[in-house]
Amino acid sequence: MMEHPRAGLPIVTLEGVTKRFPGIVANDRVDLDICAGEVHVLLGENGAGKSTLIAMLSGLQQPDGGRILIDGAEVPIRSPSHALSLGIGTVFQHNMLVPTLTVAENLALGGRWWKRPRTAELAARVAEIARPLGIEINLGARVSELSLGEQQQVEIVRALLRDSRLLILDEATSMLTPKGIAELGALMRRLVERGLAVVFITHKLGEAADFGDRISVLKLGRNVGEIPPERLRSLERAALVDEIVAMMFGRQAGDDAVSIPPRAANDDALLEVRNLSVAATPDAPGLDAISFAIGHGEILGIAGIDGNGQKQLAEALAGQRQAVSGSVVLAGQEINGLDVGGRRRQGLRYLTDDRLGEGTVGTFPVSINYFLKEIGEPPLWRSGVERSREIEARARELTRIYDVRTPGVSTPVGRLSGGNIQKVLIARELADGARAVIFNKPTYGLDLANTLATRQRIRDIAGQGLAVLLISTDLEELLSMCHRIAVISQGSLVGTVPNGDGAGERVGRLMIGIAA
Amino acid sequence: MGGFASDTFLAALLFGAVTAAIPLLLAGLGEQMSEKAGVLNIGIEGMMITGAYLGFVSAYYSGSFWLGFLTGAAGGVAVAALMALLCVRIGLNQIVIGIALTLGLEGLTALLHHFQFSRSYPRLPAAEVTPIPLLADIPVLGSALFRHHLIVYLAVAMVVVMIWVYRRTQFGINLQAAGDKPAALDVAGIDVIRTRTAAVLFTGGMAGLGGAYLANVGAGLFIPFITNGAGFLGIVLAMLARGQPVWVLVGALVFGGCLSMTTAAQVAGVNIPTDVIQMLPFLAVMAMLVLFGRRASLPAALGIPYERGAR
Ligand SMILES: Nc1ncnc2c1ncn2[C@@H]1O[C@H](COP(=O)(O)OP(=O)(O)O)[C@@H](O)[C@H]1O
Ligand SMILES: [Mg+2]
Repeated sequence: MMEHPRAGLPIVTLEGVTKRFPGIVANDRVDLDICAGEVHVLLGENGAGKSTLIAMLSGLQQPDGGRILIDGAEVPIRSPSHALSLGIGTVFQHNMLVPTLTVAENLALGGRWWKRPRTAELAARVAEIARPLGIEINLGARVSELSLGEQQQVEIVRALLRDSRLLILDEATSMLTPKGIAELGALMRRLVERGLAVVFITHKLGEAADFGDRISVLKLGRNVGEIPPERLRSLERAALVDEIVAMMFGRQAGDDAVSIPPRAANDDALLEVRNLSVAATPDAPGLDAISFAIGHGEILGIAGIDGNGQKQLAEALAGQRQAVSGSVVLAGQEINGLDVGGRRRQGLRYLTDDRLGEGTVGTFPVSINYFLKEIGEPPLWRSGVERSREIEARARELTRIYDVRTPGVSTPVGRLSGGNIQKVLIARELADGARAVIFNKPTYGLDLANTLATRQRIRDIAGQGLAVLLISTDLEELLSMCHRIAVISQGSLVGTVPNGDGAGERVGRLMIGIAA
Repeated sequence: MGGFASDTFLAALLFGAVTAAIPLLLAGLGEQMSEKAGVLNIGIEGMMITGAYLGFVSAYYSGSFWLGFLTGAAGGVAVAALMALLCVRIGLNQIVIGIALTLGLEGLTALLHHFQFSRSYPRLPAAEVTPIPLLADIPVLGSALFRHHLIVYLAVAMVVVMIWVYRRTQFGINLQAAGDKPAALDVAGIDVIRTRTAAVLFTGGMAGLGGAYLANVGAGLFIPFITNGAGFLGIVLAMLARGQPVWVLVGALVFGGCLSMTTAAQVAGVNIPTDVIQMLPFLAVMAMLVLFGRRASLPAALGIPYERGAR
């Protein structure tokens, strides 16, 4: 028999599962075995149908065809509570926490209504689960005050609180630090050793290769290939990655080669920040005398573990957050006194990491989202009246130039995939007169193709002589693009490293608190 | 006829303020729960008038105030059940259905009353008063605040109950989740539709009770359209209270005071046109909206029907 008594036994089996939405087949006759004792990685581009598959397993959607078997018997999963009672716990791709409640209240959500939430007991169990994960959870904090990364950590802990037999993580690592991801990997390993089944959805091939026992690839709703455990173990890593990339994109690996854009020898600072400080809030660090300068055509990276002041820095620069002191000089002009709109007009642009919440209005059409910051202004609005034809023509043009894949410019932007929403944002922020651009986690949650396209777009921007501040928690990303990388920790810059040989290691040491 | 400053006048004014505030308090507390759960319950005016009518008829024929309150609350719950079916389960537009229910029930109760009593408006005897020992003997305040029907004290006690429900119970957390992020509640395994239905039924019960009090104790009789916007004032109170039951109480007392002033000024024969005096409560609404309206924060999913898996 097998080494693990329960390993290899399918807990959940999908047979020919099909799900249709208006105008699209999201899942097309998908067969899948989810086995106890295995980390089953589900890979696929944005829109491949991964989340839809998970929605059916967690009772949010009902399949239009096929069947779902639990322990070999057909069980229609009627509702989320039914899924939970079957032992299926899910961390959804889209945040499922109530922003106005505290972390503790969110974790207690789902208790029977007549029972009182037991806070002390909860705290003990959370500590027990969170500590080995290296996660620190502030039970009393309001969720809206946490960073997206911290929220994701809370969701993982919540799923683990519920003693599931099957744990599904839908892109749960997108906001974790490299260390956090490694710890999550180790945790998944421990869980499957206890006989759990884990479904792990990710875009990152490296994670798939590192953590997966079995890898299935979804493409356009179909299961286009599976690498079973025996084969997975026998493959060299490079060969494995090549095989997966071929399955996913039908194209070869290696297009992610490092190509730092060349810079003209012009050292004048275009964007200069001196001693920028922001007051701390109870749940977020402030900024402590941040200083840096970015030249024409330069990409300065900000590396660091999520939640160390990255968002505060971006927002303080963009004028969305009040600074207590310091100055920001753009092209020789002090812009400190200007508000968000004033800074934008001076050419400072900010691409938020919260693409749907803050960056776009999901229910507005793509066309209006392009011009969200010019509403009411000429030439697209005349005396306050919208000039629909001009707007549409301009929107069509931008859609073409920035290669936004959308059914039409009147489609609500919230319906697009993350990569395409990002393109809409980039198109908007780069519009006339951009001089310096701040990117906050520009490739977070994007699939490989869109990640590469976005990175290329950023290189092009720098190539045109703009100053770029690139904030990212993905070190590989920074190393593949930046001229210099500064490391932020607890709200201050702890060092700056010129990119080149050995830069990765030096940045890494700064990130974990060892001087480079 | 006493002057404005006399003790008896002041006591009557305050007594009237409390009497006028109670229906608003009940409606406001009820509406608050619906809104917390994400349902904008515009039908509350219809629930109130139903409670007023059924409460009156039942008290009139049985001679029991308590039976009147019970019937009124039950009537409100029945209307709320219809509203919950249409707006929560089927997901129809809450504003349209709410207005339709209100208009329909105002007409229906007027019609029924006309069939029963033709053009006469029979009165109930004065409601029995439960003085609170000791407190009731305080000069002025005692007779103004502590000599009311038992239901008045119960209504005020509901404020404390609601605070406890929202702060301390699982149900309170569920309600807030249903209003702020229903999908999160759903995936936590709690039925959003049921949670919201419970909230709407509670609103119906409170509104029905408020209506019955307004007719039986406040006025002592039923007249068509007697609620006269009390339910809508309840909506305003709930919105201004930002989820805090205490502020519903404060708001209800302010509005109740204005309503009472209106009556008192007329009784006292103050030389101001009645039309102006009758505008007082609505001026108070506008003043409160101007002062606090901007800070009103409503649940993110308020007014949006929940459908599982939709996006
Ligand atoms: N509730 C829904 N209504 C309509 N279309 C949907 C819905 N959910 C998903 N889709 C569509 O189904 C396809 C698959 O989406 P999804 O499962 O989210 O992909 P993935 O998670 O792999 O990125 C997409 O084209 C998406 O637009
Ligand atoms: Mg997805």
